[in-house]
Amino acid sequence: MYAMLWRHLPGPWPMRAALALVLALVAIAVLFVWGFPVLAPLMPFNDGTVSR
Amino acid sequence: MRTLRAVVHGIGELFITLGVLLLLFVAWQLWWTDVVAGRAQEQTARELEQTWKPQAGGAVGPPTVRAADPGKGATLAQIPMGRAFALIRVPRFGRDYVRPILQGTELSVLDEGVGHYDTSAGPGQVGNFAVAGHRVTYAKPFNQIAELQSGDAVVVETRTTYYVYRVVGHTIVTPDRVDVVAPVPEHPGVKPTTAMMTMTACHPEFSARERYVVYSALSQTVPKTSGKVPAVLTAAAPSIPRS
Repeated sequence: MYAMLWRHLPGPWPMRAALALVLALVAIAVLFVWGFPVLAPLMPFNDGTVSR
Repeated sequence: MRTLRAVVHGIGELFITLGVLLLLFVAWQLWWTDVVAGRAQEQTARELEQTWKPQAGGAVGPPTVRAADPGKGATLAQIPMGRAFALIRVPRFGRDYVRPILQGTELSVLDEGVGHYDTSAGPGQVGNFAVAGHRVTYAKPFNQIAELQSGDAVVVETRTTYYVYRVVGHTIVTPDRVDVVAPVPEHPGVKPTTAMMTMTACHPEFSARERYVVYSALSQTVPKTSGKVPAVLTAAAPSIPRS
């Protein structure tokens, strides 16, 4: 899957590497801002309240 | 043969990707939530202090906050969920330690600061002023809750008053023990005669198996009109004894 991505990136290798880095950073940003906050309430260590 | 190799290759990449995602989630949860929530909670505390400052012309703060002043007792229920209405300072947690107390104990509220069990008493009232906070992640307001010792001060500041509570004890309970936030802690149904405070956080750290609970009793009420600040806030923070 990553090999295919590499093949489809345009330009010489330094440009491909830069583009791959940008793509990775965008993916991380999306996860940090939207992905993980949705997941967090399902984690077992975040509740500090008493309730029935 | 070539297809088999491609399939194995694909599965390998999938597992590596999942591993990286897991590490990223851990980094986000343990580091990034502290960064973001820490900034937001600081901002909330500062804004609340700003609204408490007497405005030019003698008016005190915007009317929404004034109407929601828990110091007046009966108006406590009017505070909307998620609204900050008080500040908590704990000298044992550090001289500069200050966090906002917000209405409600939903997870989304606790990510913004310390949450007030909305059906429990208000600050300084007879009954039990019960709050919950994160022990880890989201700027972990109650990270050091287990370091509190009997006699330690917990100061709750509202628009009008400083309430100084003193720690009287702690317990570790299962998460279903709602009686720790009862008007008389651990004695549900009994009519309260004193002003108590309960703090809850998860226990052990990084687990939701139990709750760490600290009880405090009101020891001093200092109205801001007196112009005084409780001595515990101006004195040096107590050093944490090594053991």
